Amino acid sequence: MAQQATAGRCCLRAFVSGFFVAVPVTVTFLDRFAYVARVEGSSMQPFLNPEGGSKCDVVLLNRWSVRNYQVQRGDIVSVVSPRNPKQKIIKRVIGLEGDFIRTLGYKNRYVRVPDGHFWIEGDHHGHSLDSNSFGPVSVGLLHGRASHIIWPPNRWQRITPSLPANRGPLDTEEEED
Amino acid sequence: MFRRVLGKTFGFVGYTIQYGCIAHCAFEYIGELVVCSGPSMEPTIVNEDIVFSERMSRHLCKIQKGDIVIAKSPFDPNMNICKRVIGLEGDKVCTSSPSDLFKTHTYVPKGHVWLEGDNLRNSTDSRNYGPIPYALIRGRVCLKLWPPHSFGTLSESPTERIIKTQSDSDSD
Repeated sequence: MAQQATAGRCCLRAFVSGFFVAVPVTVTFLDRFAYVARVEGSSMQPFLNPEGGSKCDVVLLNRWSVRNYQVQRGDIVSVVSPRNPKQKIIKRVIGLEGDFIRTLGYKNRYVRVPDGHFWIEGDHHGHSLDSNSFGPVSVGLLHGRASHIIWPPNRWQRITPSLPANRGPLDTEEEED
Repeated sequence: MFRRVLGKTFGFVGYTIQYGCIAHCAFEYIGELVVCSGPSMEPTIVNEDIVFSERMSRHLCKIQKGDIVIAKSPFDPNMNICKRVIGLEGDKVCTSSPSDLFKTHTYVPKGHVWLEGDNLRNSTDSRNYGPIPYALIRGRVCLKLWPPHSFGTLSESPTERIIKTQSDSDSD
């Protein structure tokens, strides 16, 4: 009887100490380093979810590389939606602060991206809720950078930053002087 | 001898990682201490005050009108701002200053909040840059810790900028 009680207590102690190690380490890892997310919707077709429907891509989101809010034009990033704080959206960065953007369907034809903001767009224009609907997005909403597609296995690849044709900012070369 | 040193080093590194992770979880999900600077929240919070801001309300989306919040600045994500929530999404807020003849109003868009400092004359807030997305909020200030003579919970808004709607008076 006494042996069972001590064995039970040992199990409980092991469980509690394991819990206090595993949970904080996992939570810290997911918050600071990397996160895995399923891409839903068709706003980034044809690059992500090219088949649509039930076959969704799964991407690896690198949270460490955005800890200082550094992104490049052409990166695919996940951002907390400005319209719904519980939802994250995956889009491509088209312009950074100071860039002039020719918009597609926004209230102004040309926009200068304000300080501390960036301009994101889905590759599938017209089927995407992005900066063309809600304007420049604050960099503080940046969640992570999609670095790899990890599922389905036939679509394993590293994601490199690339701007779609005709969707870059205007006059960037002159402004860098 | 060498193996003992290696064992102790691994143990030390393991403990550091474990306590570092527990500290991260505490600061991220429970609360953090914030040193405030600037005159925009006088007289409620003055320069060099230390306050405790709790994170649970923000993660559970329970921030209410009249709460003082710490948020990331919309123009510089590395800077934080401390303001009071005047309106949540869908609320009506007054965009004209008290000295204007005609009062103008606007409605806070979905997913955004309207922030104003208590020191209306010396505060850059939503009256200048518009409503900010809810997700930029980091935490709700619930307790002032320093200076000792003003220790305790924070007072209600001294400015009468919060427009109370029918649903607010019903829930009281």
